[in-house]
Amino acid sequence: MTGWLVAKGGGPVIPDFGQPSACLKRNGWFCTDWLTKHWGDTLQPALVQHIQLTLIAVGIGFAISFLLALVGFRWRLFDGPLGGFTDLLYAIPSIALFQLLVPLTGVTVTTVEIALVSYTLFILYRTMIAGLRAVPDEVLESARGMGLTRLQTFFRVELPLAAPAILAGLRIATVATISIATVAAFLIDDGLGAPIFAAIETPDLFKTELLATGGLAILLALVADALLAALQRALTPWNRLR
Amino acid sequence: MVASTFVDAFRFMPNHVSLLLEKTGETAELAFAALAIGLLIALPLGLWLGHRHRGLVLALGVSSLGRALPSVVLIGLGIGILGVGFWNNTVALVVLAIPPILTNAYFAVEGVDRDAVEAARGMGLSELQILTRVELPLGLPLLLAGLRIAAVFVIATATIAGLFGGGGLGDIMARQVTYGLSGVFAAAFWVAALALLAAAAIGLGQRAASRRMAPRT
Repeated sequence: MTGWLVAKGGGPVIPDFGQPSACLKRNGWFCTDWLTKHWGDTLQPALVQHIQLTLIAVGIGFAISFLLALVGFRWRLFDGPLGGFTDLLYAIPSIALFQLLVPLTGVTVTTVEIALVSYTLFILYRTMIAGLRAVPDEVLESARGMGLTRLQTFFRVELPLAAPAILAGLRIATVATISIATVAAFLIDDGLGAPIFAAIETPDLFKTELLATGGLAILLALVADALLAALQRALTPWNRLR
Repeated sequence: MVASTFVDAFRFMPNHVSLLLEKTGETAELAFAALAIGLLIALPLGLWLGHRHRGLVLALGVSSLGRALPSVVLIGLGIGILGVGFWNNTVALVVLAIPPILTNAYFAVEGVDRDAVEAARGMGLSELQILTRVELPLGLPLLLAGLRIAAVFVIATATIAGLFGGGGLGDIMARQVTYGLSGVFAAAFWVAALALLAAAAIGLGQRAASRRMAPRT
């Protein structure tokens, strides 16, 4: 417990420091000199990579979930198995999934993305189906009464009415992906997880790096959540009450 | 290749039963402690706020903050503050367990039909009696749904704790060199089974609780 309070041999073993500040020597929680010095070479690139990891995973996950949801919604028969399939994917611990995929796709971003995409399916598929199913029968009845075809009903009635639920799912999936993507650093040196893992694996744990990178990950998730909430409101003006 | 890994994982199990049982025990102990402490903290707070119809912002804020918290960061902070051991992981997992329990406890009680609560108040029940005899039974399914989410979260994250000396089944998953890919996958199956089992057990309680109550409008 006191291991990190007492600087061993002149401070925590952190490479490339030259002359560490007093704060770094005692391994403080928030050493601003480290932050300003390493924003450019560590934090900012990691943040950009993390955003890329997330955007790709959520983008592909959204497309796949939408197709699956179309199938599960149109043919109820497939809904159970598809839902069960996404449950199963979600139940596989990320660390194990990465290792299972390595023989197939190697130690690459692809491996990480496959895992991240499979986790988004669980959230997105369920919310899409729930949103589409929640359209009231009377509404569908009147759409039919107005002479809309099945396809027209879907695009003009069911999809717009399900939009708030779908976007809510997108919000949850995005925030969850930002969080899970930090584990990607178990496999590749990419994203905000990399400095986090490096900090934890530093003898005595490099606190400033952990707190700064962890804080960035949380901030990114909250900003993404707020942006998507704004998008949700902009896209569904008829739903302002919620 | 993947198929043979699956087969090997099942071959690994009978040869390493005692190892798997021991590690499962560690994971279960960690998860159970975290859930119990999480319940002790989040349940009374959520119920009380829900009963008073106050703290909506807190309930919503806690739930979105909880989703935004990366488990690796929590575990790291635990190590930084408490050092490596049982408690750093337990505290990290408690923090993870609190949001779903608190938010669902809040909405479970908050969403109870106000007429039912008024009727109970008119019958002379005290506020505590209203909470325990009316609101809690009516809100129980939603409350248990929150507990279920928390349990799955906590068990899944307990494996990540294994990466940093936290023990449990994650310990096997983090050491492919020692246990092989078959060991990693065997441990993954056991974790998934543990999570699904916990979810199913709570789900059973959830179903029993909602069957007892008339459908709410």
